[in-house]
Amino acid sequence: MASPADAVIRIEQLYKEYQTDAGPVPVLKDVSAAVMPGEFLAIMGPSGSGKSTFMNILGCLDVATSGSYSLNGRDVGSLGRDELANLRNQVIGFVFQGFNLLPRASIEDNVALPLIYRGTPRAERLALANEMLAKVGLASHRLSRPNQISGGQQQRVAIARALVNRPRLILADEPTGNLDTATSREIMSLFAELNERDGITIVLVTHESDIAAYAHRLVRLADGRIVYDGAVAHAEPQHLAGTA
Amino acid sequence: MISAMLGEAWGAMGANRLRTFLTMLGMVIGVGAVILMLAIGQGAQQRVQASIASMGSNLFIVLSGSVTSGGVRMGGGATPTLTLQDAQAIQELPSVAAVAPSSPGTAQLVYGPNNWSTQVIGTTPSFLQVRDWKLSAGFSFTDSDIRSATRVALLGQTVAQNLFGAEDPVGKTVRIRNSPYVVLGVLAAKGQSLDGRDQDDTVIVPVTTAQRKLFGSQFVGTVRFIMVQAESAEAMAAAEKSMNELLRQRHRIREGADNDFSVRNLTALADTAAETAQVMSLMLGAIASVSLLVGGIGIMNIMLVSVTERTREIGIRMAIGACGKDILLQFLLEAIIISVIGCLIGVALGVGGALIVNKASGMTVVVTMTSIVMAFVVAATVGIFFGWYPARKAAGMKPIDALRYQ
Repeated sequence: MASPADAVIRIEQLYKEYQTDAGPVPVLKDVSAAVMPGEFLAIMGPSGSGKSTFMNILGCLDVATSGSYSLNGRDVGSLGRDELANLRNQVIGFVFQGFNLLPRASIEDNVALPLIYRGTPRAERLALANEMLAKVGLASHRLSRPNQISGGQQQRVAIARALVNRPRLILADEPTGNLDTATSREIMSLFAELNERDGITIVLVTHESDIAAYAHRLVRLADGRIVYDGAVAHAEPQHLAGTA
Repeated sequence: MISAMLGEAWGAMGANRLRTFLTMLGMVIGVGAVILMLAIGQGAQQRVQASIASMGSNLFIVLSGSVTSGGVRMGGGATPTLTLQDAQAIQELPSVAAVAPSSPGTAQLVYGPNNWSTQVIGTTPSFLQVRDWKLSAGFSFTDSDIRSATRVALLGQTVAQNLFGAEDPVGKTVRIRNSPYVVLGVLAAKGQSLDGRDQDDTVIVPVTTAQRKLFGSQFVGTVRFIMVQAESAEAMAAAEKSMNELLRQRHRIREGADNDFSVRNLTALADTAAETAQVMSLMLGAIASVSLLVGGIGIMNIMLVSVTERTREIGIRMAIGACGKDILLQFLLEAIIISVIGCLIGVALGVGGALIVNKASGMTVVVTMTSIVMAFVVAATVGIFFGWYPARKAAGMKPIDALRYQ
């Protein structure tokens, strides 16, 4: 077993509150966890349990109010905007519920987009993008626009985009939330394959227990706290249930 | 990196063609207006300068003064007090380069079946030097013609055309007030004067001929006015002073009494005209600049809308690793592309417009490289200036807020 120092993600006493007109509202309270390389982790919890906020903080899209977060051993809290952007670009691959593809750009250009911000030359960008598209089985659609392909295909494009910088960590926020059951299974199989074959660490948020079942470890949030952290196989039925 | 960004900016502009076009239109009109207005302004300035040059430089005109007769004050030049001898005396002054005593009048000219009424100026050969007037054909009369008051004449272009048409007037005889005059030469075209008179509609004869044979004179030997050219612009003040002293002395005017002549500085008039033209040119430029400014604000307006509309796109880009400066660059590039392309079209339209104005109205227009370069630099600056704020607004967004924006 790897030592805790090797953790991809290590968070300690994470606290996050939002300022509203009615005063500060705490969303995450004292959350601590560590994710080891190669893990496949599912985060579940009812609406408002703070799982999306948790995910955004993990993805360096949002910052915690207090507590520490280190990604690959680097203290994220001490980094500036540009350094966070570089982390998002090179260390993390993000997959969203709503796919978040650029509607104007072709599939190929969408996948190549993260490489632009890394300064990769065009020819290399397109070669890498097509390699990733082949990996998700969409090589033939490279010149289509996102609105010309199905939702499942769009999510595959998003995954290809997340993979293009060869990150060791993929964060997926309800990746199957907008997809039907059959397509969801395909997407989850793809994640499982990436985890098993390429050893990519995957953290995904879902509220469907059969999606969470693809993962190896389950973290359950309720009201901003971790209420369960353990193997999916050993989880009590209520911990696997979609909404409590 | 920049080339990829340019591609992105191009794509974004192409995605909303009508809006891009309308934004550009503001710039096109602004730049076009600046170039056209500057061209017209500079054309006017050039025309004024040409008119000033055609009048001659460093000029004074000495007029007979006013007199009071039975309580009625007559205007300047009403009584002839200046004589040819005055003119000769002025010529002796050190600061004076040339002197041309003049006696103008109006007379009917006849040549063959044609006749024409025009201004006939009796003057000396130095008139041509003073007015900086060249001959396009033939030669001028000389001092010996003055002495013997010969019947010779120099014709202005307008007169030559009206009497002779395509025929060569030199050596022909015209009749002025029924007396025959030999045409010695034809004056070069001078065009309009500052006050719009046709300077070419004139005939020049020796001053003595005009006085003795053509118009006659109540007071023999007097002239209506004397044109005086100073040695240089710096000598103007000295020339004016010494002329005043000389004429007072010659006319025996007592200490404290009013002059019976007046000395006018024509350069001052020319300076005023030149200044007026310059002010007009500046004003046209300023008005046009306002439209350029409005065009710039138009760009800012559209860019702000664009930033708001594309907030989600900005969020996506940030989520996959765009830094603030990447986003800044992208929107700034869009603003600059719009203003530069708008500027290019504007330059084309401005130059084209200037040519059309020139063709349609015959107005002098001058499109200078300076005005084109200036308009270009201003347009690029406007693009950067007004693109900066929206671009910074986009770059300053928090990734999570931008991503959540609906």
